[in-house]
Amino acid sequence: MVGAAVRTEPPPTPMVAVSDLSIHYDGVPALEGVSLEIRRNEIFGIIGPANSGKTSFLRALNRMDDFTRGMQVGGRVLVDGHDVRRVRNVYALRSRIGVVFPLPVGLPMSVYDNVALSPRLGGIRGKAKLDVIVERCLRRAALWDEVKDRLKSLGSLLSGGQQQRLTIARALSQEPDILLLDEFSIAVDPVTTMRIEDVLKELRDELTIVLVTNLVQQARRLADRTAFFLGGRCVEILPTEEMFTGTVQDPRTREYVEGRFG
Amino acid sequence: MFEKTALNVRNQRTQNLVRTLFLLMTVLLILPVLVILGVLVAKGGSMLSWEFLFGEPTNGMTAGGIFPALIGTVWLVAVALLASVPLGIAAAIYLSEYAPDNAFTRVINLAIINLAGVPSIVHALFGVGAFVLFFNFGVSILAASLTLAIMTLPVVIVATRESLQAVPQAFREACWNMGATRWQTIWKVVLPNAVSGILTGVILEVSRTAGETAPIMFTGAAFFLPLLPQSVNDPTMAMSLHLYVISTQVPGIPEALPYGVALVLILMVLCMNSVSIAFRMYLRGRKKW
Repeated sequence: MVGAAVRTEPPPTPMVAVSDLSIHYDGVPALEGVSLEIRRNEIFGIIGPANSGKTSFLRALNRMDDFTRGMQVGGRVLVDGHDVRRVRNVYALRSRIGVVFPLPVGLPMSVYDNVALSPRLGGIRGKAKLDVIVERCLRRAALWDEVKDRLKSLGSLLSGGQQQRLTIARALSQEPDILLLDEFSIAVDPVTTMRIEDVLKELRDELTIVLVTNLVQQARRLADRTAFFLGGRCVEILPTEEMFTGTVQDPRTREYVEGRFG
Repeated sequence: MFEKTALNVRNQRTQNLVRTLFLLMTVLLILPVLVILGVLVAKGGSMLSWEFLFGEPTNGMTAGGIFPALIGTVWLVAVALLASVPLGIAAAIYLSEYAPDNAFTRVINLAIINLAGVPSIVHALFGVGAFVLFFNFGVSILAASLTLAIMTLPVVIVATRESLQAVPQAFREACWNMGATRWQTIWKVVLPNAVSGILTGVILEVSRTAGETAPIMFTGAAFFLPLLPQSVNDPTMAMSLHLYVISTQVPGIPEALPYGVALVLILMVLCMNSVSIAFRMYLRGRKKW
């Protein structure tokens, strides 16, 4: 990566800028004092053990705290330069952020309707238009070939790995600027995981990806930079290769990355 | 290697005992249903005929048919459903999907439970006071149906709320994350998956509404009224009240007549229910997750 240092363009506004973010559930802290920036078109990995605040971090980005009883968010979150606390249309904000959950959530409607749901919510009606969107999103999620003959069957009847790609297709149908992936491979077989990882690498050209994972090696394979969360704090953020080649600042990061933790 | 130990034997014996006990209780449960149906068919089955179903009562209600009562019950049930189903579903959606968990919500929930416990005769008196007199609907189908609707509202609300809450939260989250509003989420994802449960509530309501006597006695049902109701402002005969009247109030009734009326009432409820049961089964077949 010698060429990267030569670049002279001014840095664009980061896709996500978080400063002093803290999250409490009914007064119990889940995340404290997190400040970080996520650049455009990067895959930003977040690793860390359970209960380190990774998922809460994601929920704060698209204001899901509105729907979560007892969840209080402090600090500031800027998405594409806009303070998410102050956006006028929070629904538009959410539709620009696609989310993929740990367990695949195929909605109990047809494969086609799963992918067409978000465009429909956005007011797109014509069948021809929807057909194009559905096919494109399913292709980009590497699922088209497997489901093109059964678009009318229930999305919730697909296998786990297919459902997870279906949720990625659904997220892509929002035409998001940001894709949040929360431990997406937890219920997916290794082969499908690799296919999804390939998809993500291609998507990097078009959007910004935040990849929360508890597979350290997955972060290594995909992420440009990686943050290590521990006990509700962001311990450090490094270009991924540095994190794995030993130039970490904090001994806890090395211990976690090398699997000698807890 | 796999010999039974004394503990295994004991566990097995307990297991068999428990299963037999529960089976016995289940059989005991359906016994009354079978006996009731059996007696009605045996004693009233001979009454069933086209003249009985579509004729009007004659000879001081000791002969003839039950058509006015039959039509009256259909009216009462239909209008009661029209009033209580939208109201009950709306309230349940609010309670399940919108209401914050605060004192106000808890008071409402408590009120619903209490409403379910109010005796039907008290509902009847409330109906007289509120609908017949205060709103001046008079003794009419409207007043009787609204009384029935209020009485069965808790059934609809509780059934709907339970089936809404049975829809996995993950579905809602997935939808919200896409930028859907609460209402879009309810309309596109939650309600379609709760319909079969809601229908269960409606089925229960139909059965109860058709059979209730006390709430309609003073509010809209008439003792004897050979003319069919023309609008919801007319009073009407009803199967349940008719059954009560001919079994207790009128001398010289042939023995088979009340059984015949009861049989028709039960068959009617079964008919209404089977439509919604069939619809529910159709929906169940499509719902999988």
